[in-house]
Amino acid sequence: MIDFGFKINPSSTLDLDKADLTLYNKLVRMEPEARMCMACGSCSATCMSAEYSGMSVRKVLLALQRGKDVSMMLSNCMLCGKCTMVCPRGINTRHLILSLCRIYDKEGLK
Amino acid sequence: MIDRIASGFHPFVIPFVFGMVFVIGWCILALVRILFQLTHQDRLAFFKSLVNPKTALRNIKDIFANCLLHVKLWKRNKLLGYMHSSIAFGWFMLIVLGHLEVFIYVPHRINLFYYPIFFNYFVSEADATIGGSLLFFLMDFFLLMVLSGIVLAMVKRFRSMLFGMRRTTRPAFLDRIGLWALWMIFPLRWIAETFTAHISGGSFLTAPMSHLLVRVLGDNIPVMPFWWAYSIALCVFICVLPFTRYRHIPAEMLLIPRRNAGLKIRNARKGLAKVEVFSCPNCGVCIDACPMSVKKANIKDCTVYLNRQIRRGNEKRIEQISDKCLLCGKCEAVCQVGVQGPTIRVAQRSIRKYGLSQDYSNIDIQPLVDAAKGSKVVYFAGCMTKLTPRISTAMESLFKKAGVEYVWMDRDGGLCCGRPMLTAGRLEQAGQMIAMNERIIKESGAGTLVLSCPICYKMFKEHYNLPGVKIVHHTEYLEELVRSGVLKLEKGDTFYVYHDPCELGRGSGIYEAPRKLVGQAAMIVDAGHTREERSCGGGSLGSLTLSFAQREAITKASLADLGVNHPDAIATACPLCLATFSRYSSRPVRDIAEIVDIQSNGSE
Ligand code: SF4
Ligand code: SF4
Ligand code: SF4
Repeated sequence: MIDFGFKINPSSTLDLDKADLTLYNKLVRMEPEARMCMACGSCSATCMSAEYSGMSVRKVLLALQRGKDVSMMLSNCMLCGKCTMVCPRGINTRHLILSLCRIYDKEGLK
Repeated sequence: MIDRIASGFHPFVIPFVFGMVFVIGWCILALVRILFQLTHQDRLAFFKSLVNPKTALRNIKDIFANCLLHVKLWKRNKLLGYMHSSIAFGWFMLIVLGHLEVFIYVPHRINLFYYPIFFNYFVSEADATIGGSLLFFLMDFFLLMVLSGIVLAMVKRFRSMLFGMRRTTRPAFLDRIGLWALWMIFPLRWIAETFTAHISGGSFLTAPMSHLLVRVLGDNIPVMPFWWAYSIALCVFICVLPFTRYRHIPAEMLLIPRRNAGLKIRNARKGLAKVEVFSCPNCGVCIDACPMSVKKANIKDCTVYLNRQIRRGNEKRIEQISDKCLLCGKCEAVCQVGVQGPTIRVAQRSIRKYGLSQDYSNIDIQPLVDAAKGSKVVYFAGCMTKLTPRISTAMESLFKKAGVEYVWMDRDGGLCCGRPMLTAGRLEQAGQMIAMNERIIKESGAGTLVLSCPICYKMFKEHYNLPGVKIVHHTEYLEELVRSGVLKLEKGDTFYVYHDPCELGRGSGIYEAPRKLVGQAAMIVDAGHTREERSCGGGSLGSLTLSFAQREAITKASLADLGVNHPDAIATACPLCLATFSRYSSRPVRDIAEIVDIQSNGSE
């Protein structure tokens, strides 16, 4: 590609009609607490693996609601439980992550 | 004349003989199956330990002490101890003495294995000699012992509170049949022997009644129905034994040699795990011990129910029970058989399949390796201490006061020790973290690794291979600094109660160092339950599913027990306990490092 010295960012428009929410819906069925997240970001701030894989429970939940792949983020979670300790909504984030890993099906997602 | 029945046989022995053949066949089959389930190495180790005189002796000693005398139970609860050992030991002695009688008086019958059991029926005037009457006296004595145990067992079934047990298990249907059969065996034996005592002879328990009966009924004593009933009760009991909780009797005899052989649980359902699960007699001691049981809804998640569900193969419940547990280890500490509840649960967790498995190979640890170099002492605070920086701040200050050169390995991020992953049953992922941390520490060249978190401590002690590195928890480390005079403590006047964190106390056996430190830096009072008996604070990462609300009840119960002697403040040695207690405690909660920091001066 010719380098024009600038580039165009890929569109960040969200088309919720086209988003594949299978995984999110499945997760919510297993872990109804997932709905309680208020995106405060406490979990992101404490996460051990954030600096390696950008892990953050908040981001994972958000991405899932948009039908995006979260496997990279999840792949470095160490299950240390810090996010659970700090979550002001009392969400059992560790179990949420475990459940998500269990139902994760790479084929089903881009 | 002693041997009174020429053929040495009567049809009433048939039920007993049938039962015995059945149960022995079943035991052999089960034994062979379990032996096949062991890995080749374990099997070899097991056989070797059987022929090794030292372990063989220990096996006999342990079986005698645990299966017959119930020494561990005695220590915990005298009444329960008496109840179990009177039945087990009394019965054992009845069998042994029965054989002795046969051996002495009718040696040609020794090949008939029912003879010692029904000896009194087949003989006459066996108590005529001094030796004979002594044997009869002993037989009656042990029968009385068993009967007293049975009476206690009946009382316990209906009034368990009298035995200091708030809750006990509900027996399943077959268990009830076994229970009633067991209760019936000895009274029936007593009646049967009483009714034949005018022929065979008897002693203090059987003879007097027999005299009376002969007076009243003459020769028309209905002897046979009771011998039949006795034999049938025995048959019922031994026939249901493999399918009821009473299978713990053969299973425990197998468990002890296996444990002494040093075998570990390798498979969630087979081999040692299976023997453990079958060794559980459903006594229910673990229910009251379990911190989760403060909530009635959690009672069915205690180890006794885990064992039951595994035996039944109820996968859904097995998963729920395995995931809820705090892995605090208290049930294992109080269990008479030593069923490793937490280990079995982790094994159950480890057979789960995940669609996505964590992988840390993308993490570049070189910066961490470089940062950890250059000191004799490495300090690893751990994830949980990151949430309670009071502890690491106190540790930094103490290192400075003591003039210790150290590097803080995970000051700017790092890896988890791997224990939360391990207890979630994901052994491979934990292994990756272990390998990475090992490299960081090995390449640092340090000789001492100081840890602030008991969870990490247990992990490093048990699962890391760090030759030449002394792994210490900060309480041990500080205690040594105080002992050697590097740190000087001034005794304050605050009254502290010390909470033993699960992983430090029961998990790693460290009870003294923290107490010494608190005792030197302040006043110390006891909690309601201490050491092995201390209840988890409720924050444990061991539990995967306990919600905040359920944990709250556990934490509050633990706090209430800490407050029985009205301390001013609570001392603990675990960042997770600190965080959990602080949430609900009306008293200040401090880590020992903080207390030592407040009360110490470095040596000038
Ligand atoms: S459990 Fe996982 S997501 Fe939560 S803080 Fe630890 S590493 Fe991050
Ligand atoms: S801490 Fe809890 S509420 Fe806040 S973003 Fe994370 S999961 Fe959501
Ligand atoms: S390990 Fe602790 S929480 Fe788990 S069952 Fe045993 S006593 Fe209960």
